[in-house]
Amino acid sequence: MKRTAIWPPAAAAILGILAGCGSSDDGDAVEMRTLRITVANLTANQPASPVLVSLHRGGDAWRAGSPASVALERLAEGGDGSALAAELAAAGGLVDATGSAPVAPGGIDSFELSYPAADDARLTVATMLVNTNDAFAGLSGLPVGMLEPGARQAYLLAALDAGTEDNAEAAGSVPGPADGGEGFNAARDDVRDAVRVHAGVVGRQDGLAGSVLEGKHRFDNPVLRVEIERVR
Amino acid sequence: MHRKFLAAALTALLSPAAASAADLEITITNLSGGIHFTPLLVAAHPSAVHLFRAGEPASAALQAMAEGGDIAGLENEVSAAGGQFVADPAGGILGPASSSGVALLSTAAGNTHLSITAMLLPTNDGFVALDGWEIPTQAGSYTLTLNAYDAGTEANTELMNPGAGGAPGVSGIPGDPSGRAGSGGSGVVASAPNDAEANVVHVHRGQLGDTDAGGGLSDLDSRSHRWLNPVARVTVVVK
Repeated sequence: MKRTAIWPPAAAAILGILAGCGSSDDGDAVEMRTLRITVANLTANQPASPVLVSLHRGGDAWRAGSPASVALERLAEGGDGSALAAELAAAGGLVDATGSAPVAPGGIDSFELSYPAADDARLTVATMLVNTNDAFAGLSGLPVGMLEPGARQAYLLAALDAGTEDNAEAAGSVPGPADGGEGFNAARDDVRDAVRVHAGVVGRQDGLAGSVLEGKHRFDNPVLRVEIERVR
Repeated sequence: MHRKFLAAALTALLSPAAASAADLEITITNLSGGIHFTPLLVAAHPSAVHLFRAGEPASAALQAMAEGGDIAGLENEVSAAGGQFVADPAGGILGPASSSGVALLSTAAGNTHLSITAMLLPTNDGFVALDGWEIPTQAGSYTLTLNAYDAGTEANTELMNPGAGGAPGVSGIPGDPSGRAGSGGSGVVASAPNDAEANVVHVHRGQLGDTDAGGGLSDLDSRSHRWLNPVARVTVVVK
């Protein structure tokens, strides 16, 4: 699966560059750059919600140690990244895309993002681990504007806890296939309202009465691999 | 995806750095508290070679290593690709919180990438591994940390099946050098089908264990047989 997103106002300029053979009469052409983002779900049994990838100049999707925004809460509790995409777009968005389907355990999704050259461009990637209350993973505002053509980077990422929902693992509270429960709920009832590294799920086999999760839903880090390549 | 890796391979082959040989001193430390490594395979090989890739099905040779600690098949894969290897640098099983001896490897031109594998005991098909790390051309000491993977070939029942469980396709854990495993468990998951995990190589979810040596779900001990990544540290000295 590959999706391509192109900064809408520049579509004509892109066509010009692709076909232009360095023609100089196109003085208004915006220099376009393209990043290929490949996201791999490394977990055993945690589908990842449709992945949000966003290039933006301002805004922060999250900061460890600080409370999650409501937009991040919507992604982390219910797998819906649309509010977070809108928030980043409003804060200085360049381009974004969202996967058309969840990424299965062991699966991969990839995106190509074309954007008008901006040395201060930053990349946010976010996806929920859906067999949890509010675990997610990704990159928050990684600087990518200075990547040279052909440059590649790879990140192995840990699961984070949004801190917005108690990790009770109770029936009706986990939206993934382990439960089919509720996604976003505005209530904040976690022990600490702050984004931090996730401690992992417990499960009823390990003594958490009322948990809908089992040993097979456990995970260890890293849970996600993100590869970034500047292809143009 | 594959186009990118092919491109990477071509770039490596064409770059002058890839032509140089290197003298390496490699030391591997088991960072876990209660997990043993079966005999290690340390291999240098061309960049296009992968003993495994996360997200792709395990080869038969990888499965034999991950389920039973047998590295002969992987040795053949490395040799067939023109690579070189050091087998069993620790001289047998490498215990928890222990270091292997120094493995010496003088790489031939073109063998630019380093891979390492060993099975984790006691697990069904867990292994510690490094997948194709580009060997630096600059002399120095480099430190890496390695994670535990799951071959995706055997359900993580966490039930002992001493000896027999090491054969590919035979359910069960072949041995426990720690001596802390029990028996009589009912199984954390069913042995078949292996549908509680991705059937491709992935990061191991960790083990459950329990505290009932004569029953319960798992034959493993939750106090001894869990871990968190990373499970190994590798020091590579490039001379």
